[in-house]
Amino acid sequence: MTSSADTNRIVRVAGGQGFWGDWLDAPRRQVEGGPVDYLMLDYLAEVTMSILQKQKERDPQMGYARDFLGAMESVLPAVVDRGVKVIANAGGVNPVACARAVLDVAAKAGAQGKLKIGVVTGDDLLPRIDELLDAGHSLTHMETGEPLSTVRDRVLSANAYIGSTPIVEALARGANVVVTGRSTDTALTMAPLRHEFGWGAEDWDKLAAGIIAGHIIECGAQCSGGNCLYDWRNIPDLANIGYPIVEARADGTFTIVKHPNTGGRINVPSVTEQCVYEMGDPNSYITPDVVADFTTIHLTDDGPDRVRVHGIKGRPATDKLKVSIAYRSGYKAVGTLVYAWPDALEKAQLADRVLRERLDNMGLKFDQLLTEFVGVSATHGPLTKFTGEAPEVQLRVGVRSNDRKDVERFTREIAPLVLNGPPSVTGFAGGRPKVEEIVAYWPALVDKTVVKTNVEVLS
Amino acid sequence: MKVQLVDIAHARSGDKGDTANVGVIALKPEWYPFLAEQLTLDRVAKHFDGVITGGVERFELPNLNALNFLLHGALDGGGTLSLKTDAQGKVFSTAMLRMVLDVPDDRATSLGLPPAR
Repeated sequence: MTSSADTNRIVRVAGGQGFWGDWLDAPRRQVEGGPVDYLMLDYLAEVTMSILQKQKERDPQMGYARDFLGAMESVLPAVVDRGVKVIANAGGVNPVACARAVLDVAAKAGAQGKLKIGVVTGDDLLPRIDELLDAGHSLTHMETGEPLSTVRDRVLSANAYIGSTPIVEALARGANVVVTGRSTDTALTMAPLRHEFGWGAEDWDKLAAGIIAGHIIECGAQCSGGNCLYDWRNIPDLANIGYPIVEARADGTFTIVKHPNTGGRINVPSVTEQCVYEMGDPNSYITPDVVADFTTIHLTDDGPDRVRVHGIKGRPATDKLKVSIAYRSGYKAVGTLVYAWPDALEKAQLADRVLRERLDNMGLKFDQLLTEFVGVSATHGPLTKFTGEAPEVQLRVGVRSNDRKDVERFTREIAPLVLNGPPSVTGFAGGRPKVEEIVAYWPALVDKTVVKTNVEVLS
Repeated sequence: MKVQLVDIAHARSGDKGDTANVGVIALKPEWYPFLAEQLTLDRVAKHFDGVITGGVERFELPNLNALNFLLHGALDGGGTLSLKTDAQGKVFSTAMLRMVLDVPDDRATSLGLPPAR
């Protein structure tokens, strides 16, 4: 039984970070620009976990998103004095170390004893891979169907995407900061709504609404005028862009807003662009908590920079969790040179032929050798149908191989073209291309029952 | 009359592995049925012929006046494997909007479609 006070109550969840590397100033601006109850920070992309795993191997106290410490420092007054709660998947492969580092930041700022940090663990399956394989969980690649055994000896990290339940538990136990590892991005937004409104684990429509609220704000300003194609010239004051805030209600409806006196724009087109971002089958957006149906989303302009979202339907969750596995997969390097008018494209094309002939003559073998002509066809390929005279063209050649030596050798073949290839060439100041180890991504499914999450509250 | 998609729709694209998704959204709600009729699976597959190595899937979202396309084999392996400038499929959105449609003049006029630039 909910009272009318409950029905009208609004919970505000602010998105403050859309990926590790997003605007450093955004978290502080979100807690200082107006009222918010929760600050949600999303740090993890598919390959981030493997980078963090490598860092943890070098230093057991590392393995989390270090940007989070600066963000916490900048929002600490709001957390301590005004009760804003922070939820972040910054824990990476070492949520406990991340939480301890945040406690150190608080102590240095004179806020000892003011934080209760809920730490969610259990998503890390790396130590359990062989146990899982032995028990018959094949962890086959979701797209290719290959068994994990083909790359088992090269696996760097393995994490199950976990849902909102452990975050809700941490909040119920009084945490004012929740740090997770590989939680789904959307659970970071949905969990506080579940906690505040008491939504049940089978309130499918409301859970789906929370997930879609999370999807809309998980990429930060990408729903509030950033990277927005619709009427892009007239989007005001991008320099001062406001990040999005969900104003949620107990019935599962919500409004996307931003703080007053910020730039950017929130309207039906800007939110629609974010709704379709990285979308698969819109009828079934599968998460650990619920299957959300994007074909039920209704958007209504609700005044300037306000979009009301309603009508969302959800269905029961599946009995699987997605597992994100990262493994070493050879090496790559990309080299570039810039050719100038006249006949820039022709010169770049000749340089490419010369380069390929030399690589051939040395007997180097690559799994992939890709040439792009930036300024002509790099982004849209043959769709460009370019016939004009380009003022300049960047030749961009990339190679990929399991043999590091061959990739190294390739990197030595770019600079010589400046003196021994076609004319009017420049733009090599960056030096020899760097050889990068490739960490590839292996998506798999695992039975929900084998993943046991744990919540610990540190203070 | 020739009508270019960029004048009647906006779009956003992203990646999932080696697949790019392109969400195409009608600039005016009343243009959505026309968009849904014109952007068939075959037409989009033909548009990206030689650009992607795999098949195309198509989904309708009339609630958002949008269509979603999955372009498989679009990203040279995708993610960290890809050597492409656009390894994450961010600008397949505007690649889609290059499409030019032939529309009978009276139809274009009654729908208020702008002619291709």
